[in-house]
Amino acid sequence: MGIRVLKGGMLTTVQDLGRTGYQSQGFSVSGVMDIRSFKIANLLLDNPENEAVLEFTLMGPSLEFTSETIIAITGGDFQPRVNKKPVKMYTALYMHKGDILDFAGCRTGSRGYIAFSSYLDIPVVMGSRSTNIKCGIGGFKGRRLKEDDYIGFRIKRRYLPFFLSRSLDLDEFDYDEVTLRVVMGPQTDVFTAAGIETFLNSEYTVTSEFDRMGCRLEGPFIAYKNTADIISDGIAFGSVQVPSHGKPIVLLSDRQTTGGYAKIATVISADLPKLAQCRTDNKVRFAAVTVEEAQQLLLDEVAEMNEFRRRIYKPCKEVLECRLVAKRLGKLFK
Amino acid sequence: MSEIKIYTAGDSSLLIEFEQKISPEINAQITAVVRLIKAQQIEGVTDMIPAFASLLINYDPRVISYAGLKSRLEKLLKLEISGEASAARIFEIPVCYGGEYGPDLQNIADHAGLSPEEVIRIHSGEDYLIYMLGFLPGFSYLGGLDERIHTPRLANPRIRIPAGSVGIGGSQTGIYPLDSPGGWQLLGMTPVKTYDPDREVPILFEAGDYIRFIPVSEAEYLDIKKQVDEGTYTCTIHQKEV
Repeated sequence: MGIRVLKGGMLTTVQDLGRTGYQSQGFSVSGVMDIRSFKIANLLLDNPENEAVLEFTLMGPSLEFTSETIIAITGGDFQPRVNKKPVKMYTALYMHKGDILDFAGCRTGSRGYIAFSSYLDIPVVMGSRSTNIKCGIGGFKGRRLKEDDYIGFRIKRRYLPFFLSRSLDLDEFDYDEVTLRVVMGPQTDVFTAAGIETFLNSEYTVTSEFDRMGCRLEGPFIAYKNTADIISDGIAFGSVQVPSHGKPIVLLSDRQTTGGYAKIATVISADLPKLAQCRTDNKVRFAAVTVEEAQQLLLDEVAEMNEFRRRIYKPCKEVLECRLVAKRLGKLFK
Repeated sequence: MSEIKIYTAGDSSLLIEFEQKISPEINAQITAVVRLIKAQQIEGVTDMIPAFASLLINYDPRVISYAGLKSRLEKLLKLEISGEASAARIFEIPVCYGGEYGPDLQNIADHAGLSPEEVIRIHSGEDYLIYMLGFLPGFSYLGGLDERIHTPRLANPRIRIPAGSVGIGGSQTGIYPLDSPGGWQLLGMTPVKTYDPDREVPILFEAGDYIRFIPVSEAEYLDIKKQVDEGTYTCTIHQKEV
């Protein structure tokens, strides 16, 4: 019982919130790029907050289900299909044995997530199921998924209460421009006042050098005082480092733990998913907020997730429409 | 302690900056602060990255706010922290120098104008302080390499350097924790796995520990390697005399 990979897609890996606690020893965190989509996928299935999912990039995988389970797909609009028929995202989907899930193409965003009610049978390495490709550990054999890989499930879990209510509004990733809010620091004083002004008032372009490690941006030169080099220090998720070429690089999930370039600012947690869903040639602007504002936005998100939980945890009004119910129930009994 | 500043590094991290220079004294302060924070078990602190002259602290703002964590840290930093008082560990790392294990030993000797034996004696005659770990899992930035054997990196980096290789790159020496490309000049190899994801303690060292290289013969190397593979080998660890 599990899933068989028919096509691996461009970059499909097992991820959770990452491998924390080992950064002091040089170990990258890994973990999902878009934490919001990840959380919603697990929430739709009442999964634990940190349950491992599949993350895929630009081109989705094709999967065959070898047993029944319930899944939820979130993130960019990849136009998922089950047995070639379109299915909804941000909705709990019942998968039958033999069903084939694939994706017609990535319409918006760049990363998608699949959560499983039966939990992927992936060993925990150093506290996490996340794939760290560079070290070849975690996830499925420490690498991306490819044809003929098979991942089992840890449990049988084919029933969820209020199944018909388990649907949320899609997050919209249909944008060409995005404003990323940042908290300034830690090395803002390495840059000139004009450099900081450039950073906060210019449009930058996402280049093709955009992977799980970081996102290189092209745009106006950010001026620094003497040198942009510092004594190497620790890097946070979302650190905006500016090497001597003066163009910002935002460091993401597979970032190195330490680095020797000055960091002008850090993208706030609430906006990192927006960057994770960007594509090459998207425009990015930066806007400074205080750390208090950024932290309040995170607390707001906790409240929003609780609201989502309430929303999917009640009988849906469609239950009153007999024909619809019959249709959906019919599928379950198929 | 003077010249310590706290900066925001986004909404889930903060950076404690110490005096911006690379010295064993500053490093000892940082190690002491890390131990102190660990001992305090501050709720919400998820991870710490000590570096040469700074300490990045990751925390969960849903548990503790920036202002809350900052004020707790400021109180801690006011305490009299003596880097000397905390005991450091010295790890003995057996190294088979030269030959196929250290293909660049002759290069290093030629560059220094010394014999390979002298290079080995100098390299293994020092306890190296681990300033920080980064770049690769368990990769240690070591201080204290004798100036006589400083050697420039290879003009043409190797595509694959096997795990366990001990090399010199400029003024630094270190051990490659896993197979990786690299330009350091290799003078030997250790059978000890400094990094093993399946071990209970995946990475042997922490910042603030010391490494002492112990020259071993090829026969000893192979014997230790066998023990490592069987999981029966443990590194000899000394406490550093204060």
